[in-house]
Amino acid sequence: MYDIAIIGAGVTGAMIARKLSAYNLKICVLEKEEDVSMGASMANSGIVHAGFDAVSGTLKAKLNVKGSEMMPQIASELGVPYKNNGSLVVGKGSDDFQTIKELYERGIKNGVKNLQLITSREDLLRIEPNINDDFDCGLYAPTGAIVCPYTLTIQAIGNAMDNGTELKLGFEVKKISCDNGIYSIVSDKETVQAKYVINAAGLFADEIARMAGDDSFKITPRKGEYMLLDKECSSLVTTTVFAVPTKMGKGILVTPTTHGNIILGPTSVDIEDKDNKATTQEGFDIISKQAKERVKNVPFGKTITSFCGLRAVGDTGDFIINSNLPRFINVAAIESPGLSASPAIAEYVADMLADMGIKMTQKADYDPYRKPYNYFTKLTNEEKNELIAKDPDYGKIICRCETVTKGEIKDAMLRNPKPTSIDGIKRRTRASMGRCQGGFCYPHIIEIISEMLNIPYENVTKFGGESFINLGKIKEDV
Amino acid sequence: MKTTDLVIIGGGPAGMSAAVAAYESGVKDILILERDSSLGGILQQCIHNGFGLHKFSEELTGPEYAARYEARVKELKIPYKLNTMVLEINQNKEVTAINSEEGIFTIQAKAIILAMGCRERPKGALNISGTRPSGIFTAGTAQKFVNMMGYMPGKSVVILGSGDIGLIMARRMTLEGAKVKAVCELMPYSGGLERNIEQCLRDFDIPLKLSCTVAEIHGKDRLEGVTIANVDKNRCIIPETKEYIECDTLLLSCGLIPENELTKACGINIDRITNGADVDQNRETSVEGIFACGNVLHVHDLVDNVSEEAETAGKGAAEYILNRKNKSASIRVKTDGKVRYCVPQRITDIGDTTLFFRVSDIYKDVKIIVKDGEKEIFSRKKQKVAPGEMESIMLKGDILTEVDSGEITVGLEKLQ
Ligand SMILES: Cc1cc2nc3c(=O)[nH]c(=O)nc-3n(C[C@H](O)[C@H](O)[C@H](O)COP(=O)(O)OP(=O)(O)OC[C@H]3O[C@@H](n4cnc5c(N)ncnc54)[C@H](O)[C@@H]3O)c2cc1C
Ligand SMILES: Cc1cc2nc3c(=O)[nH]c(=O)nc-3n(C[C@H](O)[C@H](O)[C@H](O)COP(=O)(O)OP(=O)(O)OC[C@H]3O[C@@H](n4cnc5c(N)ncnc54)[C@H](O)[C@@H]3O)c2cc1C
Repeated sequence: MYDIAIIGAGVTGAMIARKLSAYNLKICVLEKEEDVSMGASMANSGIVHAGFDAVSGTLKAKLNVKGSEMMPQIASELGVPYKNNGSLVVGKGSDDFQTIKELYERGIKNGVKNLQLITSREDLLRIEPNINDDFDCGLYAPTGAIVCPYTLTIQAIGNAMDNGTELKLGFEVKKISCDNGIYSIVSDKETVQAKYVINAAGLFADEIARMAGDDSFKITPRKGEYMLLDKECSSLVTTTVFAVPTKMGKGILVTPTTHGNIILGPTSVDIEDKDNKATTQEGFDIISKQAKERVKNVPFGKTITSFCGLRAVGDTGDFIINSNLPRFINVAAIESPGLSASPAIAEYVADMLADMGIKMTQKADYDPYRKPYNYFTKLTNEEKNELIAKDPDYGKIICRCETVTKGEIKDAMLRNPKPTSIDGIKRRTRASMGRCQGGFCYPHIIEIISEMLNIPYENVTKFGGESFINLGKIKEDV
Repeated sequence: MKTTDLVIIGGGPAGMSAAVAAYESGVKDILILERDSSLGGILQQCIHNGFGLHKFSEELTGPEYAARYEARVKELKIPYKLNTMVLEINQNKEVTAINSEEGIFTIQAKAIILAMGCRERPKGALNISGTRPSGIFTAGTAQKFVNMMGYMPGKSVVILGSGDIGLIMARRMTLEGAKVKAVCELMPYSGGLERNIEQCLRDFDIPLKLSCTVAEIHGKDRLEGVTIANVDKNRCIIPETKEYIECDTLLLSCGLIPENELTKACGINIDRITNGADVDQNRETSVEGIFACGNVLHVHDLVDNVSEEAETAGKGAAEYILNRKNKSASIRVKTDGKVRYCVPQRITDIGDTTLFFRVSDIYKDVKIIVKDGEKEIFSRKKQKVAPGEMESIMLKGDILTEVDSGEITVGLEKLQ
């Protein structure tokens, strides 16, 4: 029996788990996929929003600003790529400038620090030389930053596990019942019992709440498509370049990622199917049209991949963090700026639990630190040679595009939360995430997985389930 | 720091052939660095016949062709390091590499030959809409699974792009019992060799659909099917022609990209069309003493041409190390657009010079012409030229001596 069961291992569930793992509590995280961070926390813009966008007075605004302030320290404790690159809204003409001034005032009201109004093209170009010709005003938020969202999630769960939290992957919650103050959470494989439940199931949070008898909110999916450009294009922009928001939304942004690629997106389209993550021709068209409007010479020919994330849009306009059943907390409708807010959301939920009367005593041996992934390229040559001397696999490059060694891949496979598929290894080590997208290293990564997990070569998958790479042996071997 | 006269990066056919040529030209202190666990490069996985017709006048498989050069490298005792990846080179000709035994190490070279080959264009670059299931591979990756690892990446296959590797894999997968349902080519013509279309598609009744592309990808975990569609002159999809094909595998053979990360990071000038270095007749790049040859310079269809080009580079590097001559000329080689690119891009020493080039479309009954300003200095009739086949012409030294504009243009003209 657990004190707390957290449903969903996205960034929300992960940060809550990490926060709670500092206390003497028995916690488990339940996740339906074969790895953590497979939902919205995998496919988003990775922006740590400064906080000028959210409507003042909402939970979104409050937790955004606080979460952004907490992020640098958390990222550093967890070894997560984070960069304070600044955000820049760019506009042209007096209507745009009016909206920008409103954003500026809202930002100040929300407590965003050091906001700067930009009133001339020269000042705009000083920050971002590739902005298109007709732009002449803007809002610069030096506190805006970028973070690697899936590394944050993986490391937060891993850190929670280091501190005693359990993770159950492939655990799709199908039924929830409550007897004598104890919740039974049922999947096809097993049943978990817990005194408290935290519902952080993203898009499916409404369904989880309904399973427990809370029918108070509804989540609908909103699609956001992206294109990712080669690292070669990294000089295109250094800040996160936003459009002036309109009734139609925030528009397509152009931003570097923490790994030096450029990301273009997201689109914003309401859809019905919570599993529909297909990219579309219309999406590509919107992205290229809007990106071109603001930034000069976007090299679309250097696209290395495209993908899609689904926002969990609630029906209140704000995050839905509440409790309508005893000891059952919804952390739902965590749409943007949910990633930025996640550290603050975790504290908020911890406070709610304390208010509910759970006994929270600090663990004596709590360790907030984690070794980073994808560390080899960042070492000095002396350090690299030391590692290679200890384990020659660090001298063996598996992914040539991102210079990932066999040593790092093996190490990633041994660390919690343990990956079992090619994409799991990709998100941790960046192997196969570069410009050739695995063309060269797939055969080798499969070999390592097969060896480390002791499973046949043809059983290795791209991302679990039926996503096999090979479908059998060739004739001669049969 | 360790020093070596000539460091060769890549032990494929280009690297090996360059090493042998340099050795035979008098440079004995050579080191080949190869990241794979054996010499041979991409040829190791090309187990089909058809290599060496020009060079050895016989039909060899890829590994057999490579073995001939490997034997020669061993016979001459040219040193090589396997499982060693070069991470960086600089204009001082310092080469930094990594392997398990020595860790990270740097070698000071007098000259360097780049022979890193090329890689395939991945799916991301194609912007195909739809889901992201497993089952989408470049043809070369599939070739590696089948020929090197012994596994079948799929059973019912659609191939996008009609590059040679795709054509060869259409046949290979068929022979292994897979059903290849179609080869779709975006352009109105195939980018592959005519003999491969004949032997790999027609002989197996595999349809080649020209002006056709994959419009959408379907499937959640593993690929379940693709929507294909015809494209118009502007390569835009014609919606009425959309057709669903059930398949578990999509192979991509949409072009090769020279592997020039090291080259670019070193600040060597790159030709924007070939995506390889800008070189002179010796295959010397814009950085003195650094040479390039093989698929890293421009994509070749025949390995025989790779070997030949590598010999040129090997000799050039030897000459650079042993007795550097002053450059006697400076002629830019330009193209007219119908001729898409030409290697070498510069001539710095007058002598008989062979120009290798590719055209941008299929042209029939044409004249290949070379002009010095308005003056025609060379012409040759040709019945048909196609982007899939590399062409070459030889310009005599005495013609080149006459060039006074400092620039020649290689082009095509329609025969009346
Ligand atoms: C296109 C897009 C762009 C965004 N950009 C930004 C940005 O730049 N900055 C920012 O701050 N925020 C951004 N966001 C928002 C941010 O990504 C989300 O707020 C955040 O990822 C939400 O995390 P989560 O853990 O709540 O949800 P998720 O990451 O979706 O996690 C929910 C988890 O619950 C699991 N689950 C669901 N049902 C069950 C079940 N029945 N049993 C077990 N497990 C289950 C899922 O598999 C999933 O892993 C963006 C979002 C999108 C979609
Ligand atoms: C599938 C396929 C089918 C073909 N079919 C035919 C055919 O039928 N007939 C024919 O004549 N030709 C054919 N070819 C063409 C021929 O094989 C190639 O042109 C030839 O292999 C190119 O030689 P290369 O040495 O330039 O490149 P490669 O063979 O690619 O060799 C490059 C080498 O450099 C190494 N390398 C790269 N980067 C580094 C680094 N940083 N450090 C260390 N080492 C590095 C690589 O590991 C590799 O071994 C085919 C090619 C392919 C891919």
